[in-house]
Amino acid sequence: MQLNVIGQENAAADGSSCASGSCGSSNDQMSHLPQDIQDKVKNHPCYSEEAHHYFARMHVAVAPACNIQCHYCNRKYDCSNESRPGVVSEVLTPEEAVMKTKAVAANIPQMTVLGIAGPGDPLANPQRTFETFRMLSEQAPDIKLCVSTNGLALPDAVEELSKHNIDHVTITINCVDPAVGAKIYPWIYWNNKRIYGEKAAKILIRQQQKGLEMLVAKGILVKVNSVMIPGVNDDHLKEVSRIVKQKGAFLHNVMPLIAEAEHGTFYGIMGQRGPSPEELQDLQDECAGDMNMMRHCRQCRADAVGLLGEDRGEEFTLDKIAAMDIDYNEAMKKRAVIHAGIMEELDEKEAKRKRLAAVSVPAVEATVPAATRPALMAVATSGGGLINQHFGHATEFLIYEAAPKGVRFIGHRKVDQYCIGGDTCGEKESALDGSIRALKGCEAVLCSKIGYEPWSLLEEAGIVPNGEHAMEPIEEAVMAVYREMVSNGTLESPAPQMESASA
Amino acid sequence: MALSIVDSCVNCYACYDVCPSEAIYQSSPHFKINARKCTECEGDYAQPQCASICPIEEAILDASGAAVNPPGSLTGIPPEKMAAAIREIQAR
Repeated sequence: MQLNVIGQENAAADGSSCASGSCGSSNDQMSHLPQDIQDKVKNHPCYSEEAHHYFARMHVAVAPACNIQCHYCNRKYDCSNESRPGVVSEVLTPEEAVMKTKAVAANIPQMTVLGIAGPGDPLANPQRTFETFRMLSEQAPDIKLCVSTNGLALPDAVEELSKHNIDHVTITINCVDPAVGAKIYPWIYWNNKRIYGEKAAKILIRQQQKGLEMLVAKGILVKVNSVMIPGVNDDHLKEVSRIVKQKGAFLHNVMPLIAEAEHGTFYGIMGQRGPSPEELQDLQDECAGDMNMMRHCRQCRADAVGLLGEDRGEEFTLDKIAAMDIDYNEAMKKRAVIHAGIMEELDEKEAKRKRLAAVSVPAVEATVPAATRPALMAVATSGGGLINQHFGHATEFLIYEAAPKGVRFIGHRKVDQYCIGGDTCGEKESALDGSIRALKGCEAVLCSKIGYEPWSLLEEAGIVPNGEHAMEPIEEAVMAVYREMVSNGTLESPAPQMESASA
Repeated sequence: MALSIVDSCVNCYACYDVCPSEAIYQSSPHFKINARKCTECEGDYAQPQCASICPIEEAILDASGAAVNPPGSLTGIPPEKMAAAIREIQAR
């Protein structure tokens, strides 16, 4: 299959995402939102694609209890090597969580957001969750608070949430049809009973939709997460997307199912497959007509720390925090200076983009014929929106699509295999093989530096290594490489096949 | 008459939060039930609450020592399928 089918017709037809000459995916994604919403999300890495290059987040694992079972989750959640939602190394008390949050905020000043995301459901742990929020809003008022939930207990929690200065809530909504829900949720705990099957799914769906409406009525921003499960809810998610947008959710994040037998989940054991990157992209593109789509989610752990895609949790274990002496008032001053610096840089980028968009003949189209096929490129970055990471240090690559109309962010590909635990550890393929496999379908990889061995292996795999754009802004560099590909004739031959990297 | 928690417990607090008799307490390596306080929820609820929210099969036993939630009853994974998957993973 050729890559040029992906979303191009849609983008061209409805004039969305990539219509302007200098297309930054993030900004077009956000640009039609009201100004007050843009202001709320511009330093939130999980809501703004642009912000995620600069700002960091952390989760504190204070919420181990859950009130439902999902077929993609296994409640034996304690593993230090795995990276996926619902997994943590240690559960914290609210006091420990506050101590950890302040320690991280002082040491990683770019950290703007504290989320509670599990490892169970935060609203099934109302005391621990709200106690943490209450202490943080008092002691660290410069940190944004947010929460994610399955929605079952949401209607009862909306009032309390609105008291804690929480202006972002994420609800995971995988279906609006109980028949679909029964294939995803085996049971819920509701009104002091365990309830199964469609009856359970019906209650859950009702609560999710009611909670969504109540949050919107309160002016709290709602993002909806959906897990794409091929053959179960993949087609159905288009309807979910339409309905949640209609009800006022401002962002939809369709994530791929993670299912391996090693995780011990129902889907993992029963052989339910996750979507290929191409299937995910197609569904995201189809939903995009209805809604803002989020494509930079890393499906992080319930105790993740740092920029999206990195996890510095190891630096902030309880014993390490205990040894730190944090003066948070001092830290807040330093944080304010750094945040202002980043915002200034972002504002400058935005102003430059507006200037370019105002130019009547976009520079890009002048040099690239409109019929030229798009190309996927991988980028190694450690943040800041720059090509600034050594190929060998990358644990993930950001994938961009360059086309005559501009550059858009497509998603990310992880290099590391998920931990498979116990006796089976240590049989991982070499990191280099993993990197090359993760880059299937890409025609170039942009990084700050690259060694001789990977260089030749990449070339053999048909991926052109490129270290010539070190420290340059990602989208400009991707466009520059695309133009080179146009002029040297690379794009006259068909695009490479995109194979499943998730299988 | 009392329920008990055994070592497959993952310490998720769910049962602790819903016990009407405050019979469940934090302990090492896992939560435990005070047999003198446990009523099996008689008089309060139709079903014991801890066993109605516990996500882990076989983690809670009834007074006779039988698992209230036997293998496969919560995850929907047939036990033979789980056993085969574990064998397959270990053989790698």
